[in-house]
Formats: sequence, C-alpha cells, structure tokens
Amino acid sequence: MLENYLPILIFLAIAFVMGGVVIGMGFLLGTRKPDNEKLSPYECGFEAFEDARMKFDVRYYLVAILFIIFDLEIAFLFPWAVVLDEIGMVGFIAMMVFLGVLVIGFVYEWKKGALEWE
Amino acid sequence: MTFEKFIFYVLAAVLIISATMVITRKNPVHAALSLILAFVASSGIWLLAEAEFLAIVLVLVYVGAVMVLFLFVLMMLDIDVATLRAGFIKMLPLGILMAIAMAAELILVVGPENFGLDKFAAPARHAADYSNTEELGGVLYTVYMYPFEIAAVILLVAIIAAIGLTMRRRPDSKYLDPANQVVVKRKDRVRMVSMDAEKG
Amino acid sequence: MEFFIGLWEALPDGLQTVIWILLKIIAIILPLMICVAYYTYAERKVIGYMQVRVGPNRVGPKGWLQPIADAVKLMFKEIIIPSNANKALFLIAPAITLGPALAAWAVFPFDEELVLADINAGLLYILALTSVGVYGVIIAGWASNSKYAFLGAMRSAAQIVAYEIAMGFALVGVLVAAGSLNLGDIVRAQSGNGGLFSWFWLPLLPLFGVYVISGVAETNRAPFDVAEGESEIVAGFHIDYSGMAFAAFFLAEYANMILIAALSAIMFMGGWLSPFQGWPILGPLFDWVPGFVWLVLKTGLFAFLFLWLRATFPRYRYDQIMRLGWKVFIPITIVWIAVVGLAVVYQLPWWFD
Repeated sequence: MLENYLPILIFLAIAFVMGGVVIGMGFLLGTRKPDNEKLSPYECGFEAFEDARMKFDVRYYLVAILFIIFDLEIAFLFPWAVVLDEIGMVGFIAMMVFLGVLVIGFVYEWKKGALEWE
Repeated sequence: MTFEKFIFYVLAAVLIISATMVITRKNPVHAALSLILAFVASSGIWLLAEAEFLAIVLVLVYVGAVMVLFLFVLMMLDIDVATLRAGFIKMLPLGILMAIAMAAELILVVGPENFGLDKFAAPARHAADYSNTEELGGVLYTVYMYPFEIAAVILLVAIIAAIGLTMRRRPDSKYLDPANQVVVKRKDRVRMVSMDAEKG
Repeated sequence: MEFFIGLWEALPDGLQTVIWILLKIIAIILPLMICVAYYTYAERKVIGYMQVRVGPNRVGPKGWLQPIADAVKLMFKEIIIPSNANKALFLIAPAITLGPALAAWAVFPFDEELVLADINAGLLYILALTSVGVYGVIIAGWASNSKYAFLGAMRSAAQIVAYEIAMGFALVGVLVAAGSLNLGDIVRAQSGNGGLFSWFWLPLLPLFGVYVISGVAETNRAPFDVAEGESEIVAGFHIDYSGMAFAAFFLAEYANMILIAALSAIMFMGGWLSPFQGWPILGPLFDWVPGFVWLVLKTGLFAFLFLWLRATFPRYRYDQIMRLGWKVFIPITIVWIAVVGLAVVYQLPWWFD
C-alpha cells in the first residue's frame, strides 16, 4: 500500500517547491525600489488609520464550529459509503439513525436562526 | 536504514520541532501554524503505519476544519501578547510543578514498559489493493454500532452548546435587512400630497 | 545513446523509480500550467465574445501569445511587501495556495491505466488537500495587515467552509453509488451499455448540480466572488500582492477550476468513457477515440461552463450565498444520500446492480 504513496510524497514536495520557486523568480527578476508610500497598506489613497487587526463578529466563530461538526459527520459517512453494499440494511439503518440525530441538530440551529446572516 | 525508516525519522523530527514551536513562539498565529505542521507530520506517521483513512481524515478534520476555527479566533480576538506574558515569571514555579505532576502521571499510567516491539509486533505489510477504509467501515457500522450512535449524540450536544454559547442578538448592532430593502414599494416611502399652488 | 542507456542502468533501482516519478510529475505539471495559461486567455476571449467584444487580439496571431506576455510581465514586476505586513507569512501564503492546487492532481486518473498514484483513498486525498487550500486565503488576508485583505479573507473563508460541507455530502453520494474511494473505480462503476445514460449524472442529478455549483463557490468564482468583490473590498485577500506573488494566487485559482471541472467529469460524466459506449451503431463508430480525449472534452465542457456563468450572472449577495450553502444545498444532499443509499441496498437496476 505504501508504495502508492511515494509518488504523492514527491508530488507534494514538488508542488510546494514550485510555489516557492514562483515567488523566488519574482524576487530574482523583478525590480526592487521600495519607498514609504508604496509599502503602505492599500486604503484607497488614504493613510491607514489603525492596525487592520480587529475584533470580529462572533457569528464567524459559530460558522466555523458548525463547519467542524459537519465535517466530522462527513468523515463518518466516507467508510459507510464505501462498504454500504456489504453491510446492507443494518448499516443503512445505523447511518440513518446517525444522520437523523444530526438532522435534529440541524433543524435546531435553523430554527434558532444560527444560519441567518443579516 | 530503509527508506521508510528514513521518512519516519524525518517526520518525527518535524513533529517534535513543530510541537516545540507551538509552545515557544511568541506570536499566537505562528504557534497555531506550527500546530498545523505538527498535525501534517503526524498524519504522515499514521500513513506509514498504514492507517490510510485515519491519516487523511486527520488532515481533513483537524487541519481543514479545527485549525481554521483556531486561526479565526486567534486572528480576530486581537490578542495582546505582552499582557499574556506579564505573569510568566511569577507563574513559572507553579507551571513547572504542574508539568512534573502531569508527566509523572502519564509515565505511571502509560510507562515505557507498555511499549516496544515485543509488546506490539510490527503489523504485517498489506498488498497494494488493501483498503483501510473498507476494513474500518466493515466493523464501524455493525460491530461498533452503539458507540457510533453515541458519537452522533455527542455531536448533537456540540451543536446545541455552540449555538447556546455564541448566539446572541445584539440589540445595539445596526444592520439593514436587504430583503426588507428589496421588497419596499413606492407607496411605503412616497406620500403624494395634493396642494394648492402658491399664490403671489 | 548507448552511453545514456548504460548510465541509466548503472543507477540504483530506487533512484530509477524516483526519476521515473519525477518525469511523470513534470508530464502532469507542465501541461497543467499551459492549460492554466490558456484558460485565462480562453476566459478573456469567451467573455469578450459574450459581451460583443473581441477580447485580447494584439499579441501574436489572434492574441495567442497574450498569456505568455502576461507571464513575462508579471515575472519582471516588483513584489511589494507592505511595511506593516508579517513578512514570512506574507510570502508563504501564495505557496500554500499553489501547493495543494497542484498536488491534488497526483491521484487523478487520465485514462484507464494513466494515473500517477493509484491510491485507494484518492477522493479523500483530494478533499483533504482542497480543505488545506483555505489556509492560503486566511494567512494572506491576515499577514497583509490591510483591512480590505482581512475582510476579504474572512468572507472567503466562511464561504469556502460552508460550501465544503455541501461538496463533501455530494461526494459521499457519489461514493455510495460507486462503492469506492478510488477515482479510477468510480469511473469504472459508470461503464455500462447505456452509454452516457449509465453515468452518475442521471441518478445523482441533484448532487451533480450541488457539486458543480459548490465547486464554483469553492474556487471563489463569479457569481460567488464576494471574496474579491471589486466594487466593495477592491480585491479582497490578495489586494497587497503584486508580481509573481499575485500570479501564484491566480495560478492556484485556475488550476483549482480545472481540477473541479475535471473531477465533475470523472465523478458524474463517466471520466474517460465514451458517451456512446454500448450503443448499437455509434458505439463501435467511436471506439477508436482514446479515453483521454473524452476526458479532455468533458473537462473543457465544464471549464467553459464556469466562464459562461461568470459572463451571465450578477454577483450574489453575501447573505444569499450563505443561505444557499447551508439552507438549500445541505438538506438536498442529505435527502439524496438517503435515496441513493436505499437504491444501493436494494440494488436498483441499471446503476446499482
């Protein structure tokens, strides 16, 4: 099984090296004449008022947490999908119960308005 | 030394270095990124142990989802590192004490006598068409059906807890409902008044 | 010549394998890069004609050398690192975006036997790599230390995250139908006497729609390109990037688009299979066409669709995007997974027997 992963290892290495090379090439070939104005963050011609790092709406965290939960759910679905024709009806019902419980959660967040963006 | 062993040591070294960086880097975002590297390295080690499914799911769930949340929080909370570090020296003795206590407990419970090739023989190498995912699926939904359903309930609790913790209507926030804006009709906004023309 | 053969045979076995793999990887990446370059050209031409313009036509005959000129221009441009930026992360971000976009092709089957790494968990690998791609966006937006960049990154991350769920569920539907995570096996599961009606697009029609639309949203393409939103946040997460660092983001974006197009072809449109397979007269007539050609044609179809979408639809509003992802796509996919699951358990004829 592992021999199939050797090309992937090499490919991953090359892909990330490519990313580095692309940028390195830009530095090598491109001009470099920095000045103060050029290096200021873009803000439609104004001076930047303050640091750009700011507090954000808690809603984004909620989206991220819900994403984790659903991602886990998908992770559980993968092996099920692959072996469904072997485990038959028992496996199907097991997964439907699993999905049913999570659909309750989904309905709850829907009704609570966690999915609304206003 | 075989090639596999070489890869193992490289990954193990990356894992240890990045794990150390998680607790030594000053910038919390750097620390989180080191943690991501640690996950990727350990995923590689799992893959070497032929746990194909788990290795990829580790990247998918932890790197692709959990750490995204971490980064969201770190980037958006605007943490002031200086105040965090203020009590460092004062707390150091207590911290060291805790660390020793935890390490001692860990060694007592899962000490070195529980490990080694004589305890767990190296698993036999599988053929190229061996599917780790299928093996896992074969038992997860039948033999381990009960724990599997419990997992669903735990996830449900997580959903409800997350909503309970973070959902709050803020009456002071000013927002426009685009849907309301769109459905506005002429008669809601414009009032026609018939007036006599000014004279004089 | 004989000298080279002798040299080759003198190399140790392991090194020979590695060199072979390297050559194969170059054989994937190089054409991919050319495709990306000419995809940008195609985009400008197609959208040009759709808007009754001619598009680029100055550099070379009919503008054929335009992408090359663009690449050369970008190479010689200055890479500006804003003074407030976090330098290391600012430069790593484009590489993190480009890396997964390329590496995902490692498991892609171009024909029956033409695949670099034939791993069992192929689809899972691609899904994992796409989920890593979101880091490039987040890190770029944060490291730039610019408000527009940060807003763009947050928008884009929340959007990618929402559509990844829909996409994941759609993929699970395909897996249930095919019974394998291996991309080659997924294609083989679609072969049958019905030709193009044996493919999964028919029994999995809702998932097919969800997958293609989420693919557009995942790659931040119009009409879901609020992360860039020129009129609102100027360019979003890559606003402070220039030169090759900027080009890396675009290489990644177009490579990802081609990947999504190719994956749609593999999972729903029968990959390298002929659309007339098993048909009485047309079937044998098209037997000589290599599978690779069919795959390229199908991928081209989807790639064209993405451009067409961009020229046709106005940009979605952000709350509408999130509503579509969470409230429409996820329920559809969950219901359809149950339907397909039942069909597989009862071995419904034509596709699942």
